[in-house]
Amino acid sequence: MKKFSLALLSVLMITSILLAGCSGASGGAVIKVASQSPLSGGQSSVGVDIKDGADLALSQLSDALKAQGFTVQLAPYDDQANPDSGVANAKQIVADPTVLCVVGHYNSGVQIPSSEVYHSSQLANVSPANTNPKVTDRGYVEVNRIVGRDDMQGAVGAQFASSKGAKTVYILHDKTTYGQGIATFFKSKSEELGMKVLGFDGTEEKANFDAILTPVVSANPDVVYFGGMFDQIAVFIKQARQKGYKGMFLSDDGFDSPEAAKIAGSGLTDGNGTYYSTVSGPAKLYPGTAKFQTDFKAKYNHDPLPFAAQGFDSMGICLKGIEEATKANGGKLPSRAQVATAIRALKDYQGITGTINFNSKGDLVQAKYFVIQVTSPSPDKWADNTIAQTLDLQPPQ
Amino acid sequence: MKHRFLASPFYKGIIFPLAQMLAFILGSGTVLSLIIIVLAFVLRGTAIDQAAVAKNGTDIMRYTIDNLPQVLIDGVTLGFVYAAIALGYTMVYGVLEFINFAHSEIFAIGAFVGVEFLIALNNAGVLAGASVLVSYGWLVLAIIAAMAASGLVAVTVERIAYRPLRNAPRLVPLISAIGVSFFLQDAIRLVESLTTGEFHRIIPSFGNFDDRISLLNITLGAFPLKIDLGVKSLWVIVAAVLMLLILNYIVNLTKLGKAIRSVAQNQSVSSLMGINVNQIISLTFFIGGSLGGAAGVLYALKFTRIDPYVGFFPGLKAFTAAVVGGIGNLTGALLGGIVLGMLETFAGAYLSIFTMGAFGAEYKDILAFAILILVLIFRPSGLLGEQVGQKA
Repeated sequence: MKKFSLALLSVLMITSILLAGCSGASGGAVIKVASQSPLSGGQSSVGVDIKDGADLALSQLSDALKAQGFTVQLAPYDDQANPDSGVANAKQIVADPTVLCVVGHYNSGVQIPSSEVYHSSQLANVSPANTNPKVTDRGYVEVNRIVGRDDMQGAVGAQFASSKGAKTVYILHDKTTYGQGIATFFKSKSEELGMKVLGFDGTEEKANFDAILTPVVSANPDVVYFGGMFDQIAVFIKQARQKGYKGMFLSDDGFDSPEAAKIAGSGLTDGNGTYYSTVSGPAKLYPGTAKFQTDFKAKYNHDPLPFAAQGFDSMGICLKGIEEATKANGGKLPSRAQVATAIRALKDYQGITGTINFNSKGDLVQAKYFVIQVTSPSPDKWADNTIAQTLDLQPPQ
Repeated sequence: MKHRFLASPFYKGIIFPLAQMLAFILGSGTVLSLIIIVLAFVLRGTAIDQAAVAKNGTDIMRYTIDNLPQVLIDGVTLGFVYAAIALGYTMVYGVLEFINFAHSEIFAIGAFVGVEFLIALNNAGVLAGASVLVSYGWLVLAIIAAMAASGLVAVTVERIAYRPLRNAPRLVPLISAIGVSFFLQDAIRLVESLTTGEFHRIIPSFGNFDDRISLLNITLGAFPLKIDLGVKSLWVIVAAVLMLLILNYIVNLTKLGKAIRSVAQNQSVSSLMGINVNQIISLTFFIGGSLGGAAGVLYALKFTRIDPYVGFFPGLKAFTAAVVGGIGNLTGALLGGIVLGMLETFAGAYLSIFTMGAFGAEYKDILAFAILILVLIFRPSGLLGEQVGQKA
């Protein structure tokens, strides 16, 4: 009996070792594109859609690479909108040699430290949503983005407030790199345009805004500008309206999410309304997105949220870059540095959000900025918000 | 001979505790208002005043008085929430001489149960068309559900994590409590993230909770005086007062309460008197836990958004409040809660303008904890605590 069980054990061991050895893809090599966005936590609704947009692009646009015998996979990571998680994931990503490109992040404060890790391994990073100038100002050849920058976005916001006749403005931010960054740009442009800045405060508070609201409501500014993310700003707007503030709210692209309407409801349309500047317009603006919208809805059962289309395009750019690098490498698997150079060198990439060309820093040569007005307290009508202003701007040199 | 009225349950059960609460509110409100008005008076004409005029267009005295009514109301509301949570800490300490650090998570569980109940009702379409009274009814139901859930969790936690350690050195159950606190935080996060990836919850809007009732809208000479009260704040205050009255009744006017007080005084002698000590301790945890749960729903109502870590700061501040008032003393918890709530709201509203923006509103917590340190240095047993000598 003992001899039999010993024999059985050794047979099982050998089989499992053989099976483990056979786990690689049969045929060509594996190429992975990683994605990093918040998949859990308060901003996960948008983060999951960025990942899903990238996944959709992978299923639709990887034919050229498949024809060359490669298997292409998505490796999604959850950065929880937290810089520490982002960096920890980044270290895992660069340790996996099959990852040739990263689509991410959603929060600039997470992208900036994570991209230091990507840069040390020359891993290409295409960002669908990061707007802080520091993302590309460091001049890394690996980092590119397909949206505009906050120094332009903040200025656009300030000019819009001024054009609406605002004389006084109270500025708040959420103390993150992104929120504080764009609030600072808004502030300098406001002062330039002659508007009076009544206050500039940062807060990490997510629920009890009583203390912050007292000076804001008593100062009664024409505009309250809040640089930050929708989950915090919407609660603030709701409480501010309850305290009797009737002026205009102005925010940034972090506010762009139907969750804001779910939280604040009619607070957004009361008084002088709520506006936000953004670098990603509603999907109907972009001619190529009709098919994307139907495909996304068919696969994931809901309309794509803001930045999902950018997630799609970022993945498309990654795949195109890998394709070009493979061709230049004679059909063999390219190195990460080669992929990064190929992506930067792309000319007139036809994405669903427009034609994409990168300048020497990795910014778009020309980017669109929008100021959008919230027209309905219903979250289902978020995509129908009216566009108050559209601008095409070049980044600062 | 004691006047019959003074000994009647009506007086002892309703008039006296209400008078006590009113005295605490008026006392702390008056003291803090006087301090801030005197400060504003002294600072007239200084650089701080000029900075205030530059920023708001009103001088510092005007700013102080304009905001005072609203700050007082917010302070009372917050104070009652802290008092309700502090009572949980203080009751357990009174009976077991042990700080239940998991109480902040009991508060969070109550908040989540109440909010999930309301969200489920909202998804079923029941809340949208409900009239004002019906929506009040639903809220009461949510509070009761939260109280039951929190009470049960508190009793379970006591049974599993504290009772086996009852004879261990004092530090051991304390560490166990901290461990339970972490466990519950992540348990809430796990359960909440099962449906969507998000683990925060927003309380749905229903009834007339978003309205404000205008109490006063007059012009005193050159000063327009406008005081309005949010329906939510009114609800929080009324609900908290009711709960505190019921608690006072249970603890002071029933046989059960007498048993709790006797176990708090001396556990071994109480068991000699025929009291089932384990049962009484479980009951204490249940009552304290359900109060915390109700406070959770009220907190969610007032502040809209809750996440699994919502218990941490209010729990810490309520614990501070219990200590400031004298831990182990129910009236002390009430006083401590109100004082701390008032202090925090005053600090939050006035700190920024009185320091010319050097200290923003987020430094209000420093003030609350500084008071804790001062009280512990100069009056370690708290404002209403007995001066207990060193136990042998």
